[in-house]
Amino acid sequence: MNGLLLLVLSAMGLGALALLGFFWAVRNGQYEDIEGAAQRILLDDDDKP
Amino acid sequence: MTEIAASSELMEFVQAGPDGARRLSLAVPDAYCATCIQAIEGALKHLPGVRQARVNLDKRRVQIDFDPGADPLTFPEAVVKSGYRNHPVDPQDLNDKDPVLRELVYSLVISGFASLHVMFFSEAIWSGVEGDARTLFYWISALVAVPAVAYAGRPFFRSAWSALRVWRANMDVPIAIALIATTAISLLETHLHGEHAYFDASTMLLFFLLIGRTLDHVMRGQARSAASNLARLAPRGAQHVLEDGTQAFIRSEEIKSGMRLLLRSGDRAPVDCQVVERAGAVDVSLVNGESMPHEVFPGEQVPAGALILDRPLHVIATRPAVDSYLSRTAALMEAVETTRTRYRRIADRASDLYAPLIHLAALLTFLAWLFLGAGWRLSLINAVAVLIVTCPCALALAVPIVHVVAAGRLFARGVLMKDGAALERLATVRSIAFDKTGTLTTGKPRLVGQSFGDRELLQIAAIMGAVSSHPLSKALAAYGSRDLYADCHEVPGSGVEARIGTSFWRLGSAGFCGAKDDGAGEGSCVWLARDGDVVAAFDFEDDLRPDAAETIEQLQGQGVTLTILSGDRQGSVSRIAQRLGGITARFGLSPQAKNEAVAAMREQGAVAMVGDGINDAIALRAADVSFAPAGAADVGRAAADFVLTNDRLVGVPFALWLSRKADTLVRQNLALSVAYNVVMLPLAALGYMTPLLAAIAMSSSSVIVVLNALRLRFASGPHLRGSAK
Repeated sequence: MNGLLLLVLSAMGLGALALLGFFWAVRNGQYEDIEGAAQRILLDDDDKP
Repeated sequence: MTEIAASSELMEFVQAGPDGARRLSLAVPDAYCATCIQAIEGALKHLPGVRQARVNLDKRRVQIDFDPGADPLTFPEAVVKSGYRNHPVDPQDLNDKDPVLRELVYSLVISGFASLHVMFFSEAIWSGVEGDARTLFYWISALVAVPAVAYAGRPFFRSAWSALRVWRANMDVPIAIALIATTAISLLETHLHGEHAYFDASTMLLFFLLIGRTLDHVMRGQARSAASNLARLAPRGAQHVLEDGTQAFIRSEEIKSGMRLLLRSGDRAPVDCQVVERAGAVDVSLVNGESMPHEVFPGEQVPAGALILDRPLHVIATRPAVDSYLSRTAALMEAVETTRTRYRRIADRASDLYAPLIHLAALLTFLAWLFLGAGWRLSLINAVAVLIVTCPCALALAVPIVHVVAAGRLFARGVLMKDGAALERLATVRSIAFDKTGTLTTGKPRLVGQSFGDRELLQIAAIMGAVSSHPLSKALAAYGSRDLYADCHEVPGSGVEARIGTSFWRLGSAGFCGAKDDGAGEGSCVWLARDGDVVAAFDFEDDLRPDAAETIEQLQGQGVTLTILSGDRQGSVSRIAQRLGGITARFGLSPQAKNEAVAAMREQGAVAMVGDGINDAIALRAADVSFAPAGAADVGRAAADFVLTNDRLVGVPFALWLSRKADTLVRQNLALSVAYNVVMLPLAALGYMTPLLAAIAMSSSSVIVVLNALRLRFASGPHLRGSAK
C-alpha cells in the first residue's frame, strides 16, 4: 500500500508541475505570436548582440 | 489605400511603454512571412530613437517602442517604404486581454488535467480493482475531481444560474445539473463503498464541453480583433484653426458647428462642413459611391467622409459629428440590423429543441425506476446516467469545430470571416448583388475611344488635360506626345479653358462645352469645344477587375442569381453588365434605393451583397450576408461579414462554395451526435450504463465529430473553368 501511495502522489505531483508550467507559459506570453515565432527561425539575426 | 495619419492625429495613438519609452502599434495586414518580419523590423530599427520594433504575425501588427524625443511620424512612412501598407491601431483595441477567453482556457486545462488523472484510477478499477482499494481510488479521484468541477464548471454554472433566476432554461441548465448530480452521486457512492462512481465521466464531460465552448468563443472573438484592426469608422479629428491663427488638433466628437477647421490633402472631413476659402477637389466616392472627384467652392458643402484631394481646404463645421452624414448612415445601418439578429444560429435552434427533451428523459427515468420500486439510490443513479450520456458534448462541438476549420481555410484564401453565423447565412444565399464602382471595377477610368471628331484633337485634349488633377483629365493627359504651347487654366468643377493660337478651347463636361448629354453614352464622357462648337468627345470606361469575369462565371456555376446595384448612370452600368453577361443591371440608385432593392430581393430568398462604399453600407447591412474588398471604405468593411483581404473577387465564389460544404458538415455532425444519443439513451434509462461505457461513448462521439469537420480542410475547391492556376 505504501508503494502505491508513493506512486499515486508522485504521478499527481508531476501532473501538477506540468499544469503550473503551462500557466507560467501563458503568463509569460509564450503563446502571443505562434505564427511569428515559427517564421523567425528562418531569419539570420547576425546583427543582434 | 495607404493612409498616413497627420502628425497630431498619430500622436493620439501613442501610449506609454516600459522604461519611459513611448509605444505605437501599427496594423500591417499584409505581413505573413519571415521576410515580411525582416523588412518591417529592419526598416524601423534603424530610425533614430527607435528602441525596439517587433512584428506579431498572429495579430498582424508591429509594436514600436521609441524614445520620447523621437518622431513617430517617420514610422508609418518607413513601413510603407518597406512595402507594407499600415495604419495605427487604437490603444483601446490593443487591450486584447480577453478575460473570458482566459477563464475558459484555464478551465479547459484544469479539467483536462483532472480527467487525465481520474482516468488513471478508473482504468485500474475497470481492470478489476475491488474492495477497499477501489474505495481508496474513488476517494483520490474525488480529491481531484471535486475541486476541478467546482473551478472549471463555473462558466456553465454561471450561465445556468442567470437563466434559472428568470425562470428560463438554456442548454447550460442540464449541463450544470448533470455536472453537479454526477459529482454528488459519485461522492455518495464512494461513501457507501458502491461501484457506480462517475468521477471520470464528470471531469471528461466538462473537458469536452469546454473544448466546444472555447472554440465557439474564439470564433466570435477572433472576428472582433480582426475587425478592430479594420473598423476605423470615422476620422478621428482635424486641425482646429484658433482665433490667433494657430492650429491645434481637435477630436471629432469635440467639434462644434461654427468652428474653423483646416483639412489637409489626404484627410477626410470629420464632420459636415462648408468651404470658406479657395476651391479644392474632394473625392466623395465614399459618400455617394461614384468615383469622379469634384470641385467645391467657397460656400459649398463638404459631407463628412469626403477625402480632400489636392490642396488644403479651410472649412467651417456646419454640424457636430453626432449629426453628420456618417452618423446618419450609422443610425440607418443600426435600423436595418434586425435582419441579422433575427437569424438564429443552427446550434441555438438545435439546443432549444434538445434541452427540454433531456430534462424530460432524466425525470421519466427517475420516476419510472422509483415507481417500479428500485429505491432512491438506484433511481437517482440511472437518472444521472441519462443526463451524462445525453449531455451535448458532441453537439457542443459539432458547429464551432466546423466554423473554425472553415475560417482557417477562408483566411488562407484571403477571405476574413468575422463571425461563424455569417457562414451559416451564406449557405442559404439565393442571389448576390454587386456594387459596380470599386467592386466589379477598379474605380479608375481609362480612355476607350473617341466618338467623333478629328484624331488630332486628342493631342489638344491631352495638353489641356495635363493641367487638371481630375481622373478623366489625367487619363487623357497620358496620351499627350506633342509639345505645344497652350495658355490653359482650370475652371473648377467644369473643365479646362485654353487659348491656343487664335482659337479658344474648352475641355470638360457637356454643359461646359455646350454639348447635349443624353446619358445613354457608353461610360463617362468628356467633350472638347472650339470657339463654342463641340468638335470631339472622348469616352472613358471604368476597367473591370481582372478577376470579375471569372467570379461571375463561377457564381453562375453555383446557381445563384446575380444583380448589379449601382448609383452610376445607365450607360456605364449596362455596358459592364453586357461584358460580364448573365447579370441583371440596376442603375442610378441612391443608398436608400439600394437598401430597398436588397429588401425586395430578400423576398425571393437570402441575399448576399458585395460592395465597398459608404453608399453601400446600408445595403451591406440589410443583406443577409455581405462582402467588402479590403480597399473599401472603413464603414463598408465594418458593415461586411467577410472582408476580401487580398482584394480579389474570386474569394466570393470560394466562400459560397465553402459555406455550402460547411453547412452539410454541420448537419452531418448534428445528426451524428443525435444518433449517438438515440442509441445510448435507452441503455442508460434501462440501467445498463456503466462508467466505462459512458466514458467510451462520450469521447468517441466527440472525436468522430471533430474528424468529420476536418474533412472540410481537405475538400477540393470548386471545379470550374479558369479557376486553375
